[in-house]
Amino acid sequence: MDKAIEIKNLTKSFKNVPVLKGINLDVERGTILALLGPNGAGKTTTVRILSTLIQPDGGEVFINGYNAVKNPNSVRASIGLTGQYAAVDEYLSGYENLVMLGRLYHLNYADAKKRATELLEQFDLVEAGGRIAKTYSGGMRRRLDLALSLIATPPILFLDEPTTGLDPRSRLAMWAIIEQLVQAKTTVLLTTQYLEEADKLANSIAVLHNGTIIAQGTANELKDKVGKERLEITIAEGHNFKQAVSAINGQAISSDEKKRLISIATSGAVSEIKRVISLMENHNIEIEALSLHKPTLDDVFLNLTGHKTTKESEEE
Amino acid sequence: MALSNYHSYKSADEHHSKLYWLVHDLSIFIGRSLKHIFKNTDQLLGLTIQPIMFMLLFRYVFGGAINTGPISYVNFLMAGILVQSVAFGALTTSLSVATDLQRGIIERFKSLPTISWGVLMGHVTADLVRNIIQAIIMISVGLLVGFHPTATLWQWVEITGIVLLFTFAISWVAAIMGLVAKTIEAVQWMGFFLVFPLTFASAAFAPTSSMASGLRIFAQNQPVTHVIEAIRALMIGTPVGNHAWLAVIWCLGIIIVSIPTAGYLFRRYSGR
Repeated sequence: MDKAIEIKNLTKSFKNVPVLKGINLDVERGTILALLGPNGAGKTTTVRILSTLIQPDGGEVFINGYNAVKNPNSVRASIGLTGQYAAVDEYLSGYENLVMLGRLYHLNYADAKKRATELLEQFDLVEAGGRIAKTYSGGMRRRLDLALSLIATPPILFLDEPTTGLDPRSRLAMWAIIEQLVQAKTTVLLTTQYLEEADKLANSIAVLHNGTIIAQGTANELKDKVGKERLEITIAEGHNFKQAVSAINGQAISSDEKKRLISIATSGAVSEIKRVISLMENHNIEIEALSLHKPTLDDVFLNLTGHKTTKESEEE
Repeated sequence: MALSNYHSYKSADEHHSKLYWLVHDLSIFIGRSLKHIFKNTDQLLGLTIQPIMFMLLFRYVFGGAINTGPISYVNFLMAGILVQSVAFGALTTSLSVATDLQRGIIERFKSLPTISWGVLMGHVTADLVRNIIQAIIMISVGLLVGFHPTATLWQWVEITGIVLLFTFAISWVAAIMGLVAKTIEAVQWMGFFLVFPLTFASAAFAPTSSMASGLRIFAQNQPVTHVIEAIRALMIGTPVGNHAWLAVIWCLGIIIVSIPTAGYLFRRYSGR
């Protein structure tokens, strides 16, 4: 298989604190890989090493076949990078930002201008194209930021939390764009904190936790590990919560006595839900509320590591 | 929305030499910073209003109280206020560098197959252009309020040369400050503590002979004074002494030290 990105035993520490503890990862050409993890897992550090912004302590990285440490300029010519913060020049217009970047990628001037116009159309920025970027909304800046990383039509794209902080509408728009990129055979590595996002976009998901990859596979493979759906039941006041938990008998993923909430992994099939209900009825325990929802990143982590993702330190 | 034209643009890298691309990329970074002068309205206002305010403030408010002997105060003042505004103007370079770091655009430039340090060169070059504009405004206002230069055309060329050399030197120091400070707030206080004493404890606004001995020794021997006295000598014919060649040596020395330092800090910088 043709690998666009190859990571072998990658390590990195900051001030003697290990952030990446030996990561191995391959991304096939033309596919999209989601690096899923909470804050502080090492996602941004990984992207920064892959895009030659920082050097690894150990291991090897090949991007488009080029060694990221030995041939950084060849790597840079093969990639586009969109970081967590919209890195646009606030005092230039959207159009000027695009043309400037195109020329820094050494497109000829006519091509840079043509491509800039094309991207403004594709990213719904035609009207704003002539205004300085300082006047743009958050969503517009993000779109311009992504457009900037596409100016030279790089075969490989790194997107570091492309939708964090976006409103739902902008998030959907961003997803549509990313899906089109993959249809155009771009290789994409994106980082995200949202399982839903990884599920929607990625061919393959790698779960990063404390600097190591603790699980890897397709969205379905990961979900099979955690159950496709979450069934949550709230036990009515005055009924024995502990008895309810023991009746579920180990199928409960988590239980919260204060909220009187029990969470159960399920396929979502009606028969399974019926079974839980009748189980409670048999024990004379009343269910106050019942809900089904998709597993979250927390659920995946709970299953894989046995503890929640929250209360992690901030990403460096 | 379709990305059908995707993958149809190729870099023209092979069509030109490395030197061509070096000049090409530098010109883009310089063009970027020059555009900032005119698109950043705060900067543009500071650039035009501030020199006029300072000129009038010193000429009319403080000028009467400062004894400059046989030389009229406005004639004495011109060289000093010109150099002071150059030094304060350099802080724009610090601010631009710190802003670029904070906004993450330097990260973006570093991920490109280009000479990303060109971004510093761009800001320094914009400083040269800004200072020429500012100097023209200042001298014009000076002429309106009684400034009588004796400089010949050739001496004006020399004055321009010294102003540009000093701008270039102090602007690289300012770039270093921007790289070290990293935030706009830090630039502001760093600038205050560095530029304030260097410009006010100098021969800019009052003769150094009137200062207390400790201050006088500092004021007479620091680079800003040499630059001011060299320009003053050319402008109104005061004795030049050792100031001219000391000014040039100081500026060249600062440039030789500060460019590699800025380059080192720029490469080493990794992340906000």
